[in-house]
Formats: sequence, structure tokens, C-alpha cells
Amino acid sequence: MPGFGITLGYTLLYLGLLVLLPLGALIAKASGIGLSGIIAVAVEPRVAAALWTSFSISLVAAAVASLFGLLVAWALTRYDFPGRRIVDAIVDLPFALPTAVAGIALAALYAPNGWVGSFLEPLGLKVAYTPLGIFVALVFIGLPFAVRTVQPLIADIERELEEASALLGASRWRTVWSILLPPLLPGVLTGFALAFARAVGEYGSVIFIAGNLPYVSEIAPLLIVIKLSEYDYTGATVIATIMLAISFTALLVINLLQAWSRKRFGYV
Amino acid sequence: MGIRVAGVTKAFAGAAALHDIDLAVRPGELLALLGPSGSGKTTLLRIIAGLVEADRGQVFFGGLDATTLPVQKRQVGFVFQHYALFKHMSVADNIAYGLRVRTRASRPSRAEIRRRTSELLDLVQLSGYESRFPSQLSGGQRQRVALARALAVEPRVLLLDEPFGALDAKVRKDLRAWLRDIHERTGKTTVFVTHDQDEALELADRVAVLNQGRLEQVGSPDDVQDHPATPFVMTFLGQAARFPADIRDGRVLVRGKPVPVAASRSQGSPFQLYCRPWHLKPTAPGQGHQTGTISGVRRLGSMRRIEVLRADGAKLEVEVPLATSLRQGEEIGLEIVDGVLFPES
Repeated sequence: MPGFGITLGYTLLYLGLLVLLPLGALIAKASGIGLSGIIAVAVEPRVAAALWTSFSISLVAAAVASLFGLLVAWALTRYDFPGRRIVDAIVDLPFALPTAVAGIALAALYAPNGWVGSFLEPLGLKVAYTPLGIFVALVFIGLPFAVRTVQPLIADIERELEEASALLGASRWRTVWSILLPPLLPGVLTGFALAFARAVGEYGSVIFIAGNLPYVSEIAPLLIVIKLSEYDYTGATVIATIMLAISFTALLVINLLQAWSRKRFGYV
Repeated sequence: MGIRVAGVTKAFAGAAALHDIDLAVRPGELLALLGPSGSGKTTLLRIIAGLVEADRGQVFFGGLDATTLPVQKRQVGFVFQHYALFKHMSVADNIAYGLRVRTRASRPSRAEIRRRTSELLDLVQLSGYESRFPSQLSGGQRQRVALARALAVEPRVLLLDEPFGALDAKVRKDLRAWLRDIHERTGKTTVFVTHDQDEALELADRVAVLNQGRLEQVGSPDDVQDHPATPFVMTFLGQAARFPADIRDGRVLVRGKPVPVAASRSQGSPFQLYCRPWHLKPTAPGQGHQTGTISGVRRLGSMRRIEVLRADGAKLEVEVPLATSLRQGEEIGLEIVDGVLFPES
């Protein structure tokens, strides 16, 4: 195979220098205090609360972003309406916007006296400066991933498949459920994984809207920054290592699910 | 169960339209909708299936007026040119789909579904392929699965849209014979769309020829070939040369010389006489109705085709026996021995 040596060599070099080396240094630094030390940090109430906040909200936000992303991608691909291209471009804005700008904008909107917040306040719904605010920011950040991964798959669906299903007597719901959704599943899972990974690592947009109350709305990346500003480098790297381990496991599980769904649905 | 289409009209912006189509498909018949692309044949099939709504007109299955019946309730078996198999389902699941989506009350038991599926796999000669996925099958096999899937729901009628269009020549030929066989065994009223004259003439009990959204002729393969109703049918079904003709005193004349073709009326002009390659016979130069030089000799199955170049640059094709002595460059005369007469439009 021509080019195999050079492409593989480049891939390994890139992975080694830019991905594995920093991660290795991180783990090396953290492992200085031993496994028992790492566990001791992990069960510290404030750390445990922050990790729980980060991962649980990221998971829910990624799920919601995947669902909404599917709907947005469907509308953008299947229907032609005036301004479709503009809406299509807007989807990518969360990619391009500095996350801090997004965070400040969201915080201003959802604050009790903000445009949206002032309507939610009388209903007893507080978004800004609560875990709900984190959720809103993470959905915002994750949506483009969910849209862009399923969009090409939706475009690939042949109209004739829907017609065939209807001709065989299937209701519209049955067609959506049995014919249209299964081929989209791998794409939805990819979008979910990307949105989840991004949400776990998100910092800028979250800290402005979260309120950052320890034990309530403090995310793990913020705790790392706090530890760093206190010159507790070991503490910071330990939290980072724990996040790395959980993220890696989660992504691995999603990948396995994806492999399973591909096989289950006959993609060879 | 027969199909009747009454006064169906459909207008499209830019696409193939239909003008006031009346067509009756007899119970158990295999009918071909034949026409060039853009003639509206696929649109007509899709209207019968309920995939397209007609602007005007009605569709009947037997005595049932199906015009307003939604697709899901029409119970037609439909086979697409590009199979439209569900890629994420195995062959068996594809075939069973139409039975599984029924409401609980009318759904057969699991065992019954399995029995029907394996019966259909047998019918389409794909036993042993139940757990394969469509991506693991050849084009011909996919089309057979598509047919089995359509038959699984015990449709009122079977509709096929260019069923062999995406297949190569050899597979096409095999599948034609096989479809004919299946049709004889199931006895389902079947309509298939094709742009291939040979396919239509070989396979169908009757052929409906469509052109520009109008039905030109409906008849048996012999009918449409021997007694074409319009010049379009004549030229679409095969090669035809055209000669200006007159009728005088009840005789048809080409270039003032009589031809042995029955005149439809006693006087008149102008007419056009359409001749197939076997309606022309070589004679000595200067004799007959036409003269020209032989510009090519080709073999066509058990016959030879000679190409005659007329002085005005037009080319005529003539069919002659295999053992002909005619050679390229020779000058010959051509006698018209038969043909079909149409008034000039």
C-alpha cells in the first residue's frame, strides 16, 4: 500500500506528541500520591459533588441535544423553507462563538431580570445560577454536534423506503420508528458522544451561568482551576485524571454501542 | 381482481403529465405499460398504487372504488426499480415486515409469519438466505426479495416499476422468464412499467403504449406489432422507414407505383407509408419503388440487415436472408411488399 508507512508514522507521531504525552505527564504527576491518594481525593465531598454535577448534567444535556439535534437536522434536510440556509448556518454558531461570550449571553438572558428569566421567575423556575443553567449551556454547546452528525444520514434516506413501508400497510409512526430511525442510530450515537465529550470539558460558557456554588452548581473543571490557583497541583491533576478515566470509559461504552448498532442493522 | 382506471388526469409542473387515461386490466392479466421516458407510465402506476394523487379520475380494484383509499389501505404489492429494501433488516425481516405491522387483531401468529416467509423464500428461490442483509445480495437477488416482500401481504394486485431496469442484460433475461413463471403460479393481476419494447412484448399478455401522457394503443403483443394504431406505436416498437404515399382509385401508390397495401379509403393524399426492414425486398437497380447503394451489410441473428443509402442521403434498412449475394457498394432497387398506412399528420 503506497503511503501506508508515512501516514501511519505521522498518525503515531501526532498522537504521541500531542495527545498521549500531555496525558501521560498528567497521569504520572497524579500517580505520585498513589491509588489510595487518588481515591481519597475522589471521595472528598466537594470533589465528588463537582464530578457528579459535571458528568450527570453532561449526560442529560447530551441526550437532550441529540434529540433536538435530530429534529433540527430532520427539518433542515427534509423540508425546504425560506431562510433554510440561514438557519443551517446558525446551527454552527455555538462552534464559532467564544464560549465565554455564550456563557455571558445565556446568563443575561436567563437571569431573574433577563428577557427569558423574567418570564420563568414567576413560574418558580430558576435557570441562571443553578444546575439547570449548566444544563441549558451544555445543550447549547452540544447541539451542533448532534445536528451535523445525523444530517448526512438523513439526506441519504431514500424516499422510496418510506413509500415501500406505507405500501406494506405501515402507519406513519411505524414507518418512522421501524424504517427511518434505525439507520440514523449510529449517527445519533456519534453526535451524542461528541456532545457529551464537549460538555464534560466545557468551561467558559458554564461558569458564567452556573453560579458556581460548591456542592450545588460547581463543575469539576472549575474545581481544577480553583485547585491550581491554590497551588495544589497534585489535587488538580488528580481530579483531571479521574475525569479522564470516567470520560474514557464513557466514550468506550458509546463506541461499543455504536459498533453493536452497526452490526445489528447490517452495516458491513 | 381487475384494475380499472377511468378518466385519470394529472398535471405536473415540468414532469410527465397524464391526459384523461382510461385503462382496464383484466383479472389475472399481465399488462405492460410501455413508453419512452417522460411518457407518464410511472406516474400512472403510482396513481394506481396511491403514491400519487390524480387531479381527476378514478381507480377501481374489481368493484371497489379505491380513488380515495390511502396507500396503507390499498393492499397493492409494489416493486421499485431500485428495490427499496430495508437495509437494516435481514431478508426474512424484510419479507415479514408487511405482516408484522398489522394491528394485533389481524396479525398472523409468529409461527404463521415464519411459515409464510419461508414459503415465499421458496417461491423466489432464495431459501437459505433468510438471515442475510440486502447489502450481501446481488441485484437480481435483491429484486426477488422485493417481490417476495410485496407478495407477503397477499396484495389485491401487483405493480412493478421498471423491475429489471437496474440489472444487467443476462440477469434481466433470466428474471423475465422467472417473473412470467411466478405470475402463472400466483395468478395475480400484474401491471409492470418498462421502456424496453422487447421486454414488454415478450412478457406481457397485453401492452399499453403511452406517449406524452396519452394512451396510444392497448392490445396484445401481436396487435400492437401488426396493427399499430398510430405512427408513434409503429416507430416506437421497432425500426420503420417512412415514405410519402397517395391513394388513387383505391390503390396505394409510392412514387406513382402501386404497393400491395390495402387502402383505407378510395382517394386522398397525403399519406405516409411506414415499412419495417422486412417490408422491403431487394430487386434489380431501377426496378421497385426505391433505389440506392448498399452502404453496409450486418448480421442480425438468423438474418442479414443491409443498409441502403439513397441519393438524398437517407438510409433504409432491409432484412435479407443470411446467404445473400449482395455486397457493399452495389447499387440496388427496393420493392415495397408490405407496410402500414397512416394519414399525414
